Amino acid sequence: MKQYEKVCIVCPVGCRLTITEDSDSDSGYKVEGNNCPRGEKYGIKEVTNPTRVLTTTAKIKGSHYERLPVVTSDGIPKDKLFQCMKEINTLKLEAPINAGDIVIKNILDTGIDIIASRSMSKE
Amino acid sequence: MLKYDVVVIGGGPAGLAAAIEAKKNGVDNILVIERDKELGGILQQCIHNGFGLHVFKEELTGPGYAERFITELKSLDIDYKLDTMVLDITEGRVINAINTIDGFMKIEGKAIVLAMGCRERPRGALSIPGTRPAGVFTAGTAQRFINMEGHMVGKKVVILGSGDIGLIMARRLTLEGAEVKAVAELMPYSGGLTRNIVQCLDDFDIPLLLSHTVIDIKGKDRVEGVVIAKVDENRRPIPGTEKLYECDTLLLSVGLIPENELSKSAGIKLDTITNGPMVNESMETNINGIFACGNVVHVHDLVDYVTEESIRAGKNAAKFVKDQLIDNSNVIDTKPGDGIRYIVPHKVRVENLDKTLDMFMRVTDVYKDVKLVIKADGNIIREMKKKHLAPGEMERVKIPVRDIKGKNISNITVSVERGVN
Repeated sequence: MKQYEKVCIVCPVGCRLTITEDSDSDSGYKVEGNNCPRGEKYGIKEVTNPTRVLTTTAKIKGSHYERLPVVTSDGIPKDKLFQCMKEINTLKLEAPINAGDIVIKNILDTGIDIIASRSMSKE
Repeated sequence: MLKYDVVVIGGGPAGLAAAIEAKKNGVDNILVIERDKELGGILQQCIHNGFGLHVFKEELTGPGYAERFITELKSLDIDYKLDTMVLDITEGRVINAINTIDGFMKIEGKAIVLAMGCRERPRGALSIPGTRPAGVFTAGTAQRFINMEGHMVGKKVVILGSGDIGLIMARRLTLEGAEVKAVAELMPYSGGLTRNIVQCLDDFDIPLLLSHTVIDIKGKDRVEGVVIAKVDENRRPIPGTEKLYECDTLLLSVGLIPENELSKSAGIKLDTITNGPMVNESMETNINGIFACGNVVHVHDLVDYVTEESIRAGKNAAKFVKDQLIDNSNVIDTKPGDGIRYIVPHKVRVENLDKTLDMFMRVTDVYKDVKLVIKADGNIIREMKKKHLAPGEMERVKIPVRDIKGKNISNITVSVERGVN
């Protein structure tokens, strides 16, 4: 039976999780050490398909700063982080942009969008 | 002279929340003064997510969190001045400030809220020997360069200090193509949140060297390397453990200090541990009508707690303007006991509390399976079991008002005690 030790990163509490393979449960895993249901979900995901929310910046012209902060609409597979960075770094945006605007739709066919995390007005 | 009911110094998360709350509590004439060219403060450069879990029950980026408050501030028609520097605060709550549009201004506030945040400890505060080459930045400066202004700071990087900013910058630099060789931490434990060690260092195989420090910086024009050594239990470098790390950049993430110049000019009493103003339950300093909140009081780990504290400051500034704060009630002193470094607030006037007394504190060391014991005049009023306590993680204790009201208590202590299984 495989067992994994992980620290939950869903919130700042940082529960120490023990995830054990368990053929009796629906998910195939038993999670212990979590203080909330989000920890269980995270634990299973972390040993099956680990994902991360990516935050970075994109080039923007015509506003008071050179960079627009952007964020993925949900977690993307960990092994695609650097490919996503490459894609985002090709962007050349123009102000104005509103928080929540999609700047890349369905990045790398992951079903995840890249979204402006703040508004930037035209100067 | 400009006259306002409440003047808030600082347009970051603390100042925004305080101003909004003062307005919501019936004060109309409010001014926020901000030194930068936009509102939002340091959150604008903290593009990572993880903000707002307590306040909004969702995960936002720093700019996203700030924007919610900026939008609300604007919708409430609260005045603000950008690019404006406060020079000092003089008697009678008069602020001297300057900008390029209005020139020199005298601004009188019936109440003032200090929300200037904190600053980073620079290289000069560390006494690292070596030359003075380019390539040494504080982590926050590098963060602003990369995330807002679009300048990369280096290719091969060593980070000194494992506070959250250092950890987050390790990930940020890696994503931007730099090689982060190591994060060195003087203490035997990290100063940052565990989640950040996992997602910023472990994810990218960046080594965290605990009980290590930088003892030399090499290079004349630009950093060419740093020497890292292991330290003993007295935090002194152990001879023979030196190792050269070739790099072109050293980031310093070695602590934050409340921004105190204005507090000092106003004659405000400071706590020697937090380095911020001593405050009471209403976040009021020893000067009547001058309130303080956020990182200017003590450095918080979560902005959500800054917001919570600042709401209290804004609400009470409004009460002060309306002459509703009670000043002659039972005053309780809070005292850090064993294992506790500091407690905010420092004084509690029981009559001004709503439902609970909220105390923020930090512990002095890493503790496992202990309890926090809260005593009023030596009698235990509350015990809380804690699996894990660390200096990097702020603790919050709420005490129901009914436990302390009408009992003429003179002091409350909090201490860490062992003996929990």
